Amino acid sequence: MSTRTAPVLDVDALLDDRSTEIIVCCGSGGVGKTTTSAALALRAAERGRKVVVLTIDPARRLAQSMGIEQLDNTPRPVPSVDAAAGGSLDAMMLDMKRTFDEVVESQASPEKAKQILENPFYVALSSSFAGTQEYMAMEKLGQLHRQALADGSYDLIVVDTPPSRSALDFLDSPERLSSFLDGRLIRLLLAPTRGPVRLVSAGFSVITGALTKVLGGPMLRDVQTFVAALDTLFGSFRQRAEQTFALLQADGTAFVVVAAPEPDALREAAYFVDRLTEDEMPLAGLVVNRVSPSARTSLSAEEAISAADRLRAGDSSSLAAGLLQLHADRVRILERERHLRDRFVASHPQVPTAVIPAMPGDVHDLDGLRVIGARLAQQD
Amino acid sequence: MTDWPKVRLHVVTGKGGTGKSTVAAALALALATSGKNVLLCEVEGRQGIARMFDVDPLPYEERRIAKGAPDEDGRAGQVHALHIDPESALLEYLAMYYKLGRAGKALDRFGVIDFATTVAPGVRDVLLTGKVYEAVQRPRVSEKSRKAAPILYDAVVLDAPPTGRIGQFLGVNSELAGLAKVGPVKSQADKVMELLRSPLTAVHLVTILEEMPVQETSDGIAELRAAGLPVGGIVVNLVRPRALSTHALARVRDDSVDPTGITSDLKRAKVDVDAALVASLIDEARDHAVRRQLEDEQRVLVTAEDVPTYELPRLATGIDRGALLDLAHMLREQGMA
Repeated sequence: MSTRTAPVLDVDALLDDRSTEIIVCCGSGGVGKTTTSAALALRAAERGRKVVVLTIDPARRLAQSMGIEQLDNTPRPVPSVDAAAGGSLDAMMLDMKRTFDEVVESQASPEKAKQILENPFYVALSSSFAGTQEYMAMEKLGQLHRQALADGSYDLIVVDTPPSRSALDFLDSPERLSSFLDGRLIRLLLAPTRGPVRLVSAGFSVITGALTKVLGGPMLRDVQTFVAALDTLFGSFRQRAEQTFALLQADGTAFVVVAAPEPDALREAAYFVDRLTEDEMPLAGLVVNRVSPSARTSLSAEEAISAADRLRAGDSSSLAAGLLQLHADRVRILERERHLRDRFVASHPQVPTAVIPAMPGDVHDLDGLRVIGARLAQQD
Repeated sequence: MTDWPKVRLHVVTGKGGTGKSTVAAALALALATSGKNVLLCEVEGRQGIARMFDVDPLPYEERRIAKGAPDEDGRAGQVHALHIDPESALLEYLAMYYKLGRAGKALDRFGVIDFATTVAPGVRDVLLTGKVYEAVQRPRVSEKSRKAAPILYDAVVLDAPPTGRIGQFLGVNSELAGLAKVGPVKSQADKVMELLRSPLTAVHLVTILEEMPVQETSDGIAELRAAGLPVGGIVVNLVRPRALSTHALARVRDDSVDPTGITSDLKRAKVDVDAALVASLIDEARDHAVRRQLEDEQRVLVTAEDVPTYELPRLATGIDRGALLDLAHMLREQGMA
C-alpha cells in the first residue's frame, strides 16, 4: 500500500472555473498527451465552455473523428459535440510551415515577405528542421488567445505540446528565441550589410573568417541575406515570444503534466513539475495514464507462482497454473507501478494527481474521449 | 550467422514508450560477442544508458560500461558507451577538421556555439550524426601508434530519436548538402549520407503490439524507404506473457472455463481457495485474453511489413543489467545479432 497519497486533481473544477483560459498538456512522448488534451477539451465543451483544442500530431482515426484530418491551420468545429450546456468545441492540427509563413506575411511588406519566403535557408528552417515546431506551437497559441480576446470566440484554449526531445523544449522556446535575437551573433551576421567594414571590430573578422571557413562563402551569404531580411521582423518576433511567455505565467493558464507509470515518463514529469515551480508557472496537476488495472484478489505473487509450479509439476499444460501465473505477473507490474508513483509522490507531495486506467484498445472517437474524460473526473 | 552480417551501424528508433533505449542496449550486448568491440551511442541528452547500466552519468567520452552477453563458453566482447552532446561534438569537430584554435574560442564567446546547437535549424542533428559517422568510419592506424589510438568498433548501435523524427534526423545531411552547394560542409554532409544509405547501415524499428505504434512503424518504414535509407528489422517489445495456450485463451474469452475444475486444481496446489478467488482469477484472465487478441491483430500487420521481426517479452520487474542480458540472449537466439 502507498505510504503517502497525492491530493486528487479535480478535473471538473479546473474545467468549470471560468478563470481557466489556457490548459497546456505536456509530458514526454508516447504517454497519451494528445488523447488527454482532446478528452479534456471535449469534456470542457460539453460542460459549457467555448473551447478550441490545438493538437500537434493526432492519430489518424482520432483526427478523422474530430474532423481535423485536413491540415489547414484553422480551427474547425468538431461534429457531434453535445452543445446542451451551451458550449462548443473547435479543433485544429498545427501546420508549422504555414504558421511561420503567416507570421512573415503579416509582419513584412509584400516584397520583403516574398524575399524571405523564397530564401533557401528559410525554406529549410520553416518546414523540416527540428525545433521549429515548438516556436510555432507557441506562436499559434498566442494567435488563438489574441483572437479569443478580440472576438470572444473561445473562452478556453487547450494545447497539446510537440513530441519534443525533452518536454522542457516547449517551455524554453520563447526565451531561447528572444535571447538569440538579442545576441551578438545577430549583430555580427548583420554587420556587413549595415555599415562600413572599418567599423567592424577585429573580433568580428575572426568570426566571419571562421564561419566562412566552416560554412563556405555561398552558404554564409544565404544565412546573412536571410537574417537581414528578417531583421525588420525581429522586434515583433521578440515581442511576441515575450508575450507568449508572460501568457504562460499568467493565472489563467494551467499546466497539466501527463505521464505513464514508467520510470522515464515519471522522471520527465518530475523535471517538468520542478521547472514549472521554479519559473512560477501555474501547475494544475499530474495525469498518470495507462495505469494497470488493479488485481481482483489479494493472493500474493509469490504464493501464486509457487502454486503454479506445483501444478505444472503434475500437468505442464495446467490451465489453473496459467491463471496463477497471469495473476502473479499482474501483481508484480502493479507493485512496480505503485513503487514508481510512490517515489514521485515522496519528492512532489503537493502535486494533485489523477489516474486513468489502461484501456484495452486505442481511442478513436468522441465516445472514447468521453470515457477518458469521465475517468479523469471520477477519481476514487 | 546473423540476419545483419554486413551492418556496422545499427540505428534503433521507435515511438515514445515502446522501449527503444532498452532494445538498443540489449542489441549492443548481443552484438558484443567474444573479441568484438561495440559502441552504444545516445543522442537525446537523457543519460538513459547510465541509468540502465547503473553507472555515473556519461561524459562526452567513450567509456567501457559492460561485457557483452556471454556465449556458451562464457566468453564475451566489450560494450562501450558514448553520450553525444552537440556542443562537445561541435567543438571537437571544429578542432579536428579546421584547426580553429583561438577562433574556436571566439565563436563560443560570440554565442555561435550556442546558436548552432540550440537555435540554428538542423545543425544539432548534423553534429550528432557526424559524430556517429566518425565512430563508424574511424580510419585504421599504423601498429606503432595503436596504443594511443581510439578504439575501432566492430559495430555501433545508435539509440536514435523517435520514429516520428527519424527520417528528418537521418536525412538532415541531405538537406544540408542541398543548402550548402559547395564547401566543406557539403562534402562532410555527403559522406555521412553515403554511409547512412549504404548496406553498412540498418534502421531497426521498435514497436509494441498496439494500434498507434504499429501504424507509426509502418509509416516510418515507408518514409525511410522513400528517403533511400536501409530498413532493418522490427523489434516487437513488451509482449505479454504466453501463460495460456491459444485453446485456453479461446475458452477464457468464451466464458467456458469450468470453475469447479479450477477450484480443485487450486486446492491440490495448496491455495486457500474460495469461489471469489476463482472468479477473480478468471476475470483477470479474460482481461488478458482480450488484450492478447488485440496483440494478435496487430502482429498480423507487423508480419505484413515483410522485414525480419524479433519479439521481446514484457518483464514484470523492469529493466536492469540482468534483464538486459536476458533480452540480449533472446535477440541472439532470434538471429538479430
